[in-house]
Amino acid sequence: MTKPVNTPVNNLEKIRKSLGRRNRSEHLFRWYGRLAILIGLAAVTVLFTDIVSKGHGAFRISYMQLEVEYDQDLIGVDNLTDPEQLILGNWQAVPKQALRQQFPDVSGRSDKRKLYGLVSNGSGFDLKDRLLANPLLLGTRETVWILADDDIDTYYKSWLDGEPYAARLSDKQVQWISELHDQGKIRLQFNSNLFTRGDSREPEQAGIRGAVMGSLFTLLLTLMLSFPIGVAAAIYLEEFAPKNGWTDFIEVNINNLAAVPSIIFGLLGLAIFINFFHVPRSVPIVGGLVLTLMTLPTIIITSRAAIKSVPPSIREAALGMGASKYQMVLHHVLPLALPGMLTGAIIGMAQALGESAPLLMIGMVAFIVDIPGGFSDPATVLPVQIFLWADSPERAFIEKTSAAIMVLLSFLIVMNTSAVWLRKRLERRW
Amino acid sequence: MQATNILILILGLGLFAFYLGRGRSLALAKPLGGIRHIHSLPSYYGAHVALWCALPSLLLLGLWMIFDDPLINSIVLKSLAAGGLVTESSGESLLMNKVTNLAQGILPRQGAEPELVAAADLMLRLEVISRWSLTALMMTLSLMGFGWSWSRISSSFRARPRVEKVMEKLLLTCACVAIFTTLGIVLSVLFESIQFFRSVPIDDFVFGLDWSPQTAIREDQVGSSGSFGAVPLFVGTLLISAVAMCIAVPVGLMSAIYLAEYASKSVRGFAKPALEVLAGIPTVVYGFFAALTVAPFLRDLGASFGLSVSSESALAAGGVMGVMIIPFISSLADDVITAVPQSMRDGSLAMGATKSETVRNVIIPAALPGIVGGIMLAVSRAIGETMIVVMAAGMAAKLTANPLDSVTTVTVQIVTLLTGDQEFDSPKTLAAFALGLMLFVVTLMLNIFALQIVKKYREQYD
Repeated sequence: MTKPVNTPVNNLEKIRKSLGRRNRSEHLFRWYGRLAILIGLAAVTVLFTDIVSKGHGAFRISYMQLEVEYDQDLIGVDNLTDPEQLILGNWQAVPKQALRQQFPDVSGRSDKRKLYGLVSNGSGFDLKDRLLANPLLLGTRETVWILADDDIDTYYKSWLDGEPYAARLSDKQVQWISELHDQGKIRLQFNSNLFTRGDSREPEQAGIRGAVMGSLFTLLLTLMLSFPIGVAAAIYLEEFAPKNGWTDFIEVNINNLAAVPSIIFGLLGLAIFINFFHVPRSVPIVGGLVLTLMTLPTIIITSRAAIKSVPPSIREAALGMGASKYQMVLHHVLPLALPGMLTGAIIGMAQALGESAPLLMIGMVAFIVDIPGGFSDPATVLPVQIFLWADSPERAFIEKTSAAIMVLLSFLIVMNTSAVWLRKRLERRW
Repeated sequence: MQATNILILILGLGLFAFYLGRGRSLALAKPLGGIRHIHSLPSYYGAHVALWCALPSLLLLGLWMIFDDPLINSIVLKSLAAGGLVTESSGESLLMNKVTNLAQGILPRQGAEPELVAAADLMLRLEVISRWSLTALMMTLSLMGFGWSWSRISSSFRARPRVEKVMEKLLLTCACVAIFTTLGIVLSVLFESIQFFRSVPIDDFVFGLDWSPQTAIREDQVGSSGSFGAVPLFVGTLLISAVAMCIAVPVGLMSAIYLAEYASKSVRGFAKPALEVLAGIPTVVYGFFAALTVAPFLRDLGASFGLSVSSESALAAGGVMGVMIIPFISSLADDVITAVPQSMRDGSLAMGATKSETVRNVIIPAALPGIVGGIMLAVSRAIGETMIVVMAAGMAAKLTANPLDSVTTVTVQIVTLLTGDQEFDSPKTLAAFALGLMLFVVTLMLNIFALQIVKKYREQYD
């Protein structure tokens, strides 16, 4: 350097002058960091509060107390064992008649239609089920709680909360509800339909049981396929694979598959499983196959990490005692690595449970009322059910959707906590 | 369900064979003075017999299930063609569908053409023949395998190495599933895309500015010519991803830096898992949140400032996607930042640098390749993300860079084109596969590149 060196005093002066600015920027930097964390945490909080505040109402639903008469002529059924009569019976007439008796002064076509709109469209069938369970009721009268229509339910809940939403109701209906309320004939009950029924076009009749069962079958198949295959692949790659190009190629493939967008797996399922192998659409079999391919990389990667964490001394001891390589792996490495592998499997299953994009491609997005009873029944899964409900125009479905999300999230929380617990409990540090 | 029954039967036979083989080796060992005097442990003899009993017939079952349906279909088709019913090739699949439905009783037999009913009967007959011959063949194979390996059992027979060799092959097959999957993806999107590019030129697809994939159902329909220019989709995808990155990168990076360098142990112990909760939430939940909470909020907010914000704005979808990606970036960045050797920090601090200067001038540059790799992985995630955009972004393909406007993305179009029942080989459905091909190629390149960078970086400090 040709420039004259600054004197030390000068430099100190310079540093001292800049100290304030530097400390300020240090301070600011820390606050940026804190802000970033706060944004993240705020996002978590807002998300959960939003879902819970929207969805908590769905666990209770409005019922009306009406006195119904199981009139044989009205329904058109005199023999409850005749299936044809049961199908042709005019079941909805029963709650309609009960409503007419509750409000005798309602007349006129449009008013009557509004009156009938107070109860759920499916309430007649609920009464039918009640009658079939207890055939002696035919021809008698009884007082029952009948499911209210979704618009009535939405209004009644919002009215109880103090900010009535009456956009979809007429003034008369509002008046009837307040009459019923004064007489104590409308109330909120636990919404058991949500957990015992399949999908429905009527929000008050719709439940998540079908979707939960669909998820269960799909995940069961996914677990049965992906866990053994994933563990076997991990064992091969960690313990037996020779270091060569082929092994490298397998590894590159696994790593890339872990990052391929899930919708691509849907395309694969559509083109290969459905169009080439003619697996039927919309069934848990094809869903399980697609999700197996999707979760396999996760399971292989975590299983390999678990196998890697078993110290080499264990292997050497086993081999030293005369075990073959297989005996070493099966009797010593695998039991020690199993907790880690199970953790990986649970995490993979949680991933699969929340996945919906690939399932849209393979037809698991259909409207299915029946609750699936096996691997080859048409089914949908919980996240897809959420997607379907979120798309529905009825206001009451917003509540339902949020409730279904709460159920899905609680499943995921249980799975993830058990994974963490398993890891803490069973994982050994060497 | 016939195949499942056969499967269970064969597995049961295998188990039976295992115990028989094991018993025989034990009986063999007894007069010799214990199992020390035979080559392998008795269970290996059992396993050898079981493998020979079950494996060949299971392989046969797999092959049979692949070739069964096409073979029967082609025979039925031939019989139909002999009857003069098949006139042109396009009607074949429709005709076969009818026959299958007739055979399965979905369509009523009354009123159907007699040729078709005959074909359906033929199909049912062939299916029965196929099922019984499969069962018979599998049984013979099992028994033959069992007999052969049974006869091989002797005190000097090397059962263990043989069993282990087969096991290794099985493990290798499992490991190769990953390769088959990749191959399956490539083949499925490639074939359909090639078919698509036959009807729509590839440069129209890649450079075309107009996307309206409606094709005519009837010949004389108005506005029937679909146009497949994918540029608006690419722009929309990039716009939403850019919005997402604008949120995820600063927030994710800063929180990683804070957690790694500043936070006390207790803060870290609480904040890190809390942020990772975001990664565990299903995307459909984010989609619901974006569509029903964030989008209306942004629209009302914009309205109060006099801005017209679309209710399906790219900002809402991208913003929520950004929140989803925060934990992804922060955990990757956290990994690379903590991998920077402590000596580098100590050196910088010893020279009188403040902590933030150390972070900015020493740690970030040292960790940069890893961070860039992480961001690229995040971008590939944003591009491929489906549910958020399906629920919160629009359907109409608009060529705009305004985040307040509604745009559509590649993944949204794939879903819209493929949900519902269409003819499988119409350009509309094939277009979805062409889009899938683009998506796969782009994300694959991003991933390979990013993984390469991350790997190289890791080696540097390990």
